[in-house]
Amino acid sequence: MTTYSTNEFKGGLKLMMDGDPYSIIENEFVKPGKGQAFNRVKMRNLKTGRVVERTFKSGESLEGADVVDIEVQYLYFDGENWNFMDPNTYEQYVAGENAVADAKQWLKEQDICVLTLYNGQPLFVTPPNFVTLKIVDTDPGVRGDTSGGGGKPATLETGAVVRVPLFVQINEVIKVDTRTGEYVSRVKE
Amino acid sequence: MSHVSCESAWKPTIQFENLKKRAAILAKIRQFFADRDVLEVETQALSHATITDPYIHSMIATCHEVDGSHCEEMYLQTSPEFAMKRLLAAGSGSIYQICKAFRNGEIGSQHNPEFTMLEWYRIDFDHHDLMQEMDELFQFAIQTPPAKKISYQKLFEEKLKINPHIATAKELENCAIKNGLTNITGNDPEDRDMWMQLLMSEIIEPQLKEGVFFIYDYPATQAALARIRQDEFPVAERFEAYINGIELANGFHELADAKEQRTRFENDLIKRAKSNYPSVKIDENFLAALANGFPNCSGVAVGIDRLVMIALKAKSIRDVICFPYDIA
Repeated sequence: MTTYSTNEFKGGLKLMMDGDPYSIIENEFVKPGKGQAFNRVKMRNLKTGRVVERTFKSGESLEGADVVDIEVQYLYFDGENWNFMDPNTYEQYVAGENAVADAKQWLKEQDICVLTLYNGQPLFVTPPNFVTLKIVDTDPGVRGDTSGGGGKPATLETGAVVRVPLFVQINEVIKVDTRTGEYVSRVKE
Repeated sequence: MSHVSCESAWKPTIQFENLKKRAAILAKIRQFFADRDVLEVETQALSHATITDPYIHSMIATCHEVDGSHCEEMYLQTSPEFAMKRLLAAGSGSIYQICKAFRNGEIGSQHNPEFTMLEWYRIDFDHHDLMQEMDELFQFAIQTPPAKKISYQKLFEEKLKINPHIATAKELENCAIKNGLTNITGNDPEDRDMWMQLLMSEIIEPQLKEGVFFIYDYPATQAALARIRQDEFPVAERFEAYINGIELANGFHELADAKEQRTRFENDLIKRAKSNYPSVKIDENFLAALANGFPNCSGVAVGIDRLVMIALKAKSIRDVICFPYDIA
């Protein structure tokens, strides 16, 4: 695996530190006039999601992490694991609870999402930015209300609960932004 | 470091309005020195030798006959210091220079590997006289408020409650940890200067946000090319200038002792070897100039790009230079 020196640290670069894969968020070069140079680096632990700040002596290097993002299709949940397939190679991937985490509430069979692999194993799943899902439960709305003000909780076919406008009804299909968990619009089927 | 070429990479990163303001600042600097009868000089950018400083890395240019024979590696200068001191030793009197300087590996929001430097030397000035003049220059060129002066020791005592001249490496490390600097990778915990530099750039500098600050009398172990004075503790007659938290200038009451200078160069080379940095050639012409008799003087180098950044309130050096390294 290649090693990267502090002056090659760029946003998005994936590196190994203390046995865990990290993704660089920010790298600031700090140098006192005549003294030792440092790099103040903000990075995200890809296993825990935690963001840490580290100061490196400039010129230090870290090993690259074998982390790649691939587009996969979500196939099904087998009661324990979530199963995905690379539509190009037909290779299948099995991801556990940890890797799927918050993404599971947005996963609908057949949808394409991004699977991040670490040493070939699923590390985490990123759902599409927007998903369209059917409402399976919500209180009947007040007739005539079209403003969307106020809102009410609605349970979606995947189990996610989002706030929707009062006029939205059971069995309707809506578009949701998975990054914020917010209702975007109704979708006509 | 890498080269970038894309559709917009040919365009300058500086706005034309700022290009004009930059030119006006440079004109003011030249006027300032003309008014004081300080002579503008130009010295070589390519030299057979270079600085030994363990933390400054010279670029190398290959010079040879057109057929490729008689190949020799020369150094692009990291500052015009040695050449200007040869002029001083030869009797030039007070001089200044505005030129390009080159340093490997320095890229960031305040760094470009090729940058513009103002360097000047004043005969019979000590470092306090020169700080006074630099304050006047800043006020004249970019309308700064008057500078505040504080010694390195007092600054560390005020901000960190630690005496930098006597603190052990362990005490400095504990001070760093107490101030939240816990995750330091790749350092030598016994290196006192490394801890001081870390505390300076990570804890103290951010507190120098508003205004102009001159910090003087550095630890003798960070003397570089400054004289060492025996006080209660030995201190280097060296100073640095900060404006709004940006480190801008480094100056010395210049060391005139060729023998001591050689010893410092040799110690630098030992440090370089320890860090696995390439060895460099000591500048024998510079040492010969010192040995010939060097006038009592002080000198300082100011980063012009940063001075312009401060004047224009720019966030990045890219906003004040035409073509940064990646698109140069």
